[in-house]
Amino acid sequence: MQTEFLEEARRQAEICNACRYCEGYCSVFPALHAERAFSDGDLTQLANLCHNCRGCYYACQYTAPHEFALNLPQALANVRQDSWEEFAFPRAAGQAFQKSGLRIALATVLGFALLIWAMLSLASAGGEGFYAVLAHNTMVAIFLPAFLFPLLSLAISLRRYWRAVGAGPLRFSDLRGGFAAAANMRNLNGGHGDGCNFEDEDRFSQGRRFAHQAVMYGFLLCFAATSVATLMHYLLDLRAPYPLWSLPKLLGLSGGLLLTLGCIEMIRLKLRADPELGASGATSGEFGFVALLGFVGLSGLALYGLGQTPLMPAMLALHLGAVLAFFLLTPFSKMAHGFYRLAALTADAQKKREVAR
Amino acid sequence: MTLASPQPDIAVIGGGNAALCAAITAAEAGARVLILEAAPKPYRGGNSRHTRNFRCMHRGPLGPLTDSYTEEEYLADLMKVTGGKTDEGLARLAIRSSEECLPWMEAHGVRFQPSLSGTLSLARTNAFFLGGGKGLVNAYYRTAEALGVQVEYEAAVTHLEIHDDRVTHIDYTQNGETRRISPKSVVVASGGFQADTDWLARAWGPAAKNFLIRGTPYNRGVVLADLLEQKVEQVGDPTQCHAVAIDGRAPKFDGGIVTRLDCVPFSIVVNKNGERFYDEGEDVWPKRYAIWGRLVAAQPDQVGYVIIDAKSLELFMPSVFPPIKADTLEDLATKMGLPPAVLAETVAEFNAACGDTSGFHPTELDGVSTTGITPPKTNWARPITEPPFYGYSLRTGVTFTYLGLKVDERAQCSIGNRPVSNLWAAGETMAGSILGQGYLAGFGMTIGTVFGRIAGKEAAAHAN
Ligand SMILES: Cc1cc2nc3c(=O)[nH]c(=O)nc-3n(C[C@H](O)[C@H](O)[C@H](O)COP(=O)(O)OP(=O)(O)OC[C@H]3O[C@@H](n4cnc5c(N)ncnc54)[C@H](O)[C@@H]3O)c2cc1C
Ligand code: SF4
Ligand code: SF4
Repeated sequence: MQTEFLEEARRQAEICNACRYCEGYCSVFPALHAERAFSDGDLTQLANLCHNCRGCYYACQYTAPHEFALNLPQALANVRQDSWEEFAFPRAAGQAFQKSGLRIALATVLGFALLIWAMLSLASAGGEGFYAVLAHNTMVAIFLPAFLFPLLSLAISLRRYWRAVGAGPLRFSDLRGGFAAAANMRNLNGGHGDGCNFEDEDRFSQGRRFAHQAVMYGFLLCFAATSVATLMHYLLDLRAPYPLWSLPKLLGLSGGLLLTLGCIEMIRLKLRADPELGASGATSGEFGFVALLGFVGLSGLALYGLGQTPLMPAMLALHLGAVLAFFLLTPFSKMAHGFYRLAALTADAQKKREVAR
Repeated sequence: MTLASPQPDIAVIGGGNAALCAAITAAEAGARVLILEAAPKPYRGGNSRHTRNFRCMHRGPLGPLTDSYTEEEYLADLMKVTGGKTDEGLARLAIRSSEECLPWMEAHGVRFQPSLSGTLSLARTNAFFLGGGKGLVNAYYRTAEALGVQVEYEAAVTHLEIHDDRVTHIDYTQNGETRRISPKSVVVASGGFQADTDWLARAWGPAAKNFLIRGTPYNRGVVLADLLEQKVEQVGDPTQCHAVAIDGRAPKFDGGIVTRLDCVPFSIVVNKNGERFYDEGEDVWPKRYAIWGRLVAAQPDQVGYVIIDAKSLELFMPSVFPPIKADTLEDLATKMGLPPAVLAETVAEFNAACGDTSGFHPTELDGVSTTGITPPKTNWARPITEPPFYGYSLRTGVTFTYLGLKVDERAQCSIGNRPVSNLWAAGETMAGSILGQGYLAGFGMTIGTVFGRIAGKEAAAHAN
């Protein structure tokens, strides 16, 4: 990992540890106060507990021009970003995505779309609806590996993370603690319920929390739609296309809308936020990811809207290309942050359990 | 000279807690308010942005506060630290009003946090700001601006012209220009004079040039001096200031809270000649904390050196600068610029005077003391023997000064016995009216909040 990022985070963490004014903002501070000296692993763990709400920055009496020049959100973001590159499997893919995420996302989507387009034109599958242009089995043959590879890659990354932060053998109660903290998004309320300082300097707002929620639930609904459709296909032998009032459609439509709107709002917020408080040089990766995710939602909706028109095959190719790109890029994109955060919260729960003992 | 326009009803001088409480209250009463803050925006909020808590009376659990803290108990605590040097009427007013302040603060955007792990003893008496004083100041600026209060940064007031018991105009400089306004009412909330080291040196002697200023460099007492010159009634003693011993490597200004050192009770403290000069085990924090500022100020070059050994390193709050570390006392002395032989001798003498240490208890007065040396160490006296050895340098850090403007229960200033009809003062600049000496943690913000609100209300009533 980049030592200058670690050194800077260590310097700042030591100042915070002598100050402690931000104790109530998020789980970073109680974890920080539990240490007197910070190993690289400690800093990695702190960095992954931080979700860049910026509350501590605007409340800090030591930000530049003060000579202590505190900017904890950025210091932690740099370590965090760096840790994801470090733990990514394969490593080179992680680095590449942080640097030029927007371009990679675009290229991947187009590449896959072309590929799928080619397959569409080569084989007319003789099914109905979408399957008229792409056989169900072909789709499975493409998507199953694209789904399994990221899982494998993430598993390796999380194992690396777990080792790096020095966490012990996993217990069920730790997992429960981690999931509980993630599920109620305790840390996103800013410690006082007013939200974070993302969009307009020191003003607290729920904007980012709501946008984040919309993206997450939108994604989960879309995922559920696909899963339900798969089950219907295999177990009940009910094949697509499904009518509007069917479960896959209802889940998919609401999810697609939430996902698309959430991503648009996320991008708007990111454009308003001060880039100096985020990781340096990761803008492309972050925008690339949100844009890709939003495009998955948008192209899904478009596919639904244009399903009865001659544009359908093109839209299908684009949407499937986007989904495929999204899955394959997951371990290297911001999507992975959810997994790391869960790991960090779980490790945090474990630490608390050990302290309580 | 330019005339600023449009003319406000009320000018509030300063941009810290007291000023903001006054401005918000006046704006809510319908007045057009202008805040003149000497600092640029990133440094707005004066000493208030370094604060952490607010001492509050309460008859039952209130907000983050547990149990109850009565007027009598609060007053007794104040009497103890001031040695009775307080105006009891104003003190009771501040204490009694503090109870309604807390909900008012919450309603105006201030957020509190559950008490800090390290300071549980204050959970009953003091409410801690979430994010500290800068969080509070930010919330107040948002609230004030939403109420239409106009804020001018880098606007340093230089003069208030008083004619016939009335402030007729105010001069301030901004962007290299001098501007003049003639508001109907004026609230002074520009803090003390501790950042003017020349003034400190006039009051204290040349030693004061070596003091560090814990808070803002902008509280230079310009308005205070201007008003005192025009015979506005003064209160407090110019030679008094609240000073503590802080890390000698702290910045000259604005080091804030992180430069405090909590290690003195577990140490010996020597001067630059390597000699001990005071009982390091006299009392627990925070009393001990406050006396050491003066003790160090009285030593040659106004410096002190704390020496501890490995067994004490984790007994106190982490400090912002790492300690100086060495394997032998002689090496430590060399690294710290102390005479090695004298330091070794001082430590040997101290160690020999230590007795049974089995009763050592880091968090209470444990009576583990020395015998046969002067000065003695009356608690936590354990020999300094276990390498590595650690050292910190100490300097005097000034928190605030006591000299200020005398006010009545309506926060109004006066000349002789006659009130200045449109001049009010709030916060540190009039705190001497209540706090003659000593300090009670969290009381500065109480005075600022209570008298800021009173001043804002009175100023608005006068302007309407
Ligand atoms: C490190 C530290 C920690 C502290 N912790 C606490 C605590 O936890 N609780 C507590 O109650 N108290 C604490 N205090 C004391 C507390 O800071 C003061 O009592 C309180 O902030 C005073 O508020 P104020 O509004 O009167 O002054 P300030 O907040 O100092 O505001 C004065 C303002 O006036 C401005 N100003 C000065 N001169 C001019 C001029 N000529 N023209 C225009 N503007 C001018 C300054 O820029 C500043 O904004 C602490 C002090 C320090 C230094
Ligand atoms: S961010 Fe600033 S105010 Fe918050 S704990 Fe760290 S040093 Fe203190
Ligand atoms: S940016 Fe937010 S989440 Fe990160 S450390 Fe600061 S307060 Fe915590």
